[in-house]
Amino acid sequence: MKRAGFNHFGLPVMLLLPQLIIIGVFFYWPAAYALRSSFFLEDPFGFGSTFVGVDNYTDLFGSAQYLKVAGFTLGFTFLVTFLSLSIALLLAVKADKVIRGTRVYRTLLMWVYAVAPPVAGFLGVMVFYQGNGPMTEFLAMLGYEFRLGVNYYDTAAAMVVVATWNHIPVNFIFLLSGLQSIPQSVKEAALIDNRSGMRRFWDITFPLLAPTAFFLLIINITYALFDTFGMIDALVKGEPGNNPMTMVYKVYVDGFRGNDLGGSSAQSVILMVLVLVLTVFQFRVMDRRIHYT
Amino acid sequence: MALTADTIVVPRTNSRRRKFKWQTLVDHGILIAGSLLMIMPVFAAFMTIGASDVDISRHGMQFSNGAHWAENFDKALFTKGGFTGAITGSTMLLNSFILGIGFAIGKIVFGMIAAYAIVYFRLRFATFAFWMIFTTLLLPLEVRILPTYEVVHGMGLINTYTGLILPLVASATATFFFRQFFLSIPEELVEAARIDGAGPVKFFIDILVPLSRTMVAAIFIIMFVYGWNQYLWPTLITTDEAMFTLVRGIKQIYQAIDGGSDIPEFGRSLALAFIAILPPVLVVVIFQSWFVKGLVESDK
Repeated sequence: MKRAGFNHFGLPVMLLLPQLIIIGVFFYWPAAYALRSSFFLEDPFGFGSTFVGVDNYTDLFGSAQYLKVAGFTLGFTFLVTFLSLSIALLLAVKADKVIRGTRVYRTLLMWVYAVAPPVAGFLGVMVFYQGNGPMTEFLAMLGYEFRLGVNYYDTAAAMVVVATWNHIPVNFIFLLSGLQSIPQSVKEAALIDNRSGMRRFWDITFPLLAPTAFFLLIINITYALFDTFGMIDALVKGEPGNNPMTMVYKVYVDGFRGNDLGGSSAQSVILMVLVLVLTVFQFRVMDRRIHYT
Repeated sequence: MALTADTIVVPRTNSRRRKFKWQTLVDHGILIAGSLLMIMPVFAAFMTIGASDVDISRHGMQFSNGAHWAENFDKALFTKGGFTGAITGSTMLLNSFILGIGFAIGKIVFGMIAAYAIVYFRLRFATFAFWMIFTTLLLPLEVRILPTYEVVHGMGLINTYTGLILPLVASATATFFFRQFFLSIPEELVEAARIDGAGPVKFFIDILVPLSRTMVAAIFIIMFVYGWNQYLWPTLITTDEAMFTLVRGIKQIYQAIDGGSDIPEFGRSLALAFIAILPPVLVVVIFQSWFVKGLVESDK
């Protein structure tokens, strides 16, 4: 709030009202609704609902299938975050280092940002197409029969590859701009003190990139958890079957295909808690551990 | 003294220079490999559009320059398809533009006026409203899809543009960006405006809006791409094929790849995928500097 602000009452309230109404109707009401229905068992034919306490939650944690989905989500999130961050870091460091062509490389490496995850998933289907996709043929040459949508681990691998491909650009954009904002004088001083490029990177550049990298860590986790829905739906062609799926995908499958409102809501609430924990963690670490220059 | 210094330094710089060249080559090699990794899947898909469906189903993706470009693009844009056979690619393209632009404008308008109220008015309620709005940053739409669907369904907004766009607008990202931006504008500006007798409305329209032009452009690009690429919400809310967006509708067409007894329409699906990729990519590439600036500055 500015010190020299205006002293009105009606006008600011009028300005805030549209936003508040929208988030009230489309955010707080649904969130409260999810919380409420997670404690009820909905009749699948719509004949009312019964209060079942925390049964929906205990059912979930007792279900081997849900634990398997949670396990896959964890591994998937870790792999996508790790791979896309490290590849993007390598590319950003090189793009920052070369004297000519930084702008061209930046364009070539960032445009995939605009490719929608489900479309990326569809490209993945074509590239890993059973029998004659380019990657399938390449792997067959190496003696491996890749079966997308049939073999659990093959499908999981394709998901990781497509998600990583789709998410390298965001990481690249942020890391490159982080690198470019390191003052020239710091780089020169480091160059005088230490001739080893690797040591310079780990001692000087990497710590200065830490705030960006940490911010990206959260962005990546959120991406892998939520934004990959369309990509997964495309890769499994809308037929989850025995294929791997993430927790968000399961919310959709249980809620819209299985008509299990209570169970799906309980899963939504678990995801909400997960995001809240992540956010609180983000703020705490940002405040304490990372030193801004 | 000077001589000895020279004799020591010269060979060193020489060896360093030779090493440097090798290193440069490796650097460019890595960058080119990275660029190819990004480009190849889309390029392969694009080249395959030129092939016939029979060839694609027999041999997979193709790089040869086929004879079916026009046919496949024509089919993608103007031939009716989908389950009810009523949807064309151009309708989906139009819907995608409506969603992308409507979403971006909604975000900017609601976000900007709310941020103005929060930053420039001395009002307790504004702080409370800020926290109400800020909390929405924590929970993406994906975690509350089912209840949101129930609410929107109850309001009779299924298969309407309002139902498609408004729930997506219900988050604080743009408000937050504009708040950060307004806070960075010097305090003296509003003081000077008040001394000159400008009211809040005049200050907003004559000073704040023109100052925010770059910010608005950057946020518009980011939000347009975000809206265009939405998938989960449009999938739930549009059951009528006339309301499909490209990103949502492609699935309907390529799902026939495995199901149908005829030869699947690979060419058409790939052409549609290409049309779905093109507009957001062009926007991001053409307005690159605004886009990068907006993305990097607003997210911090």
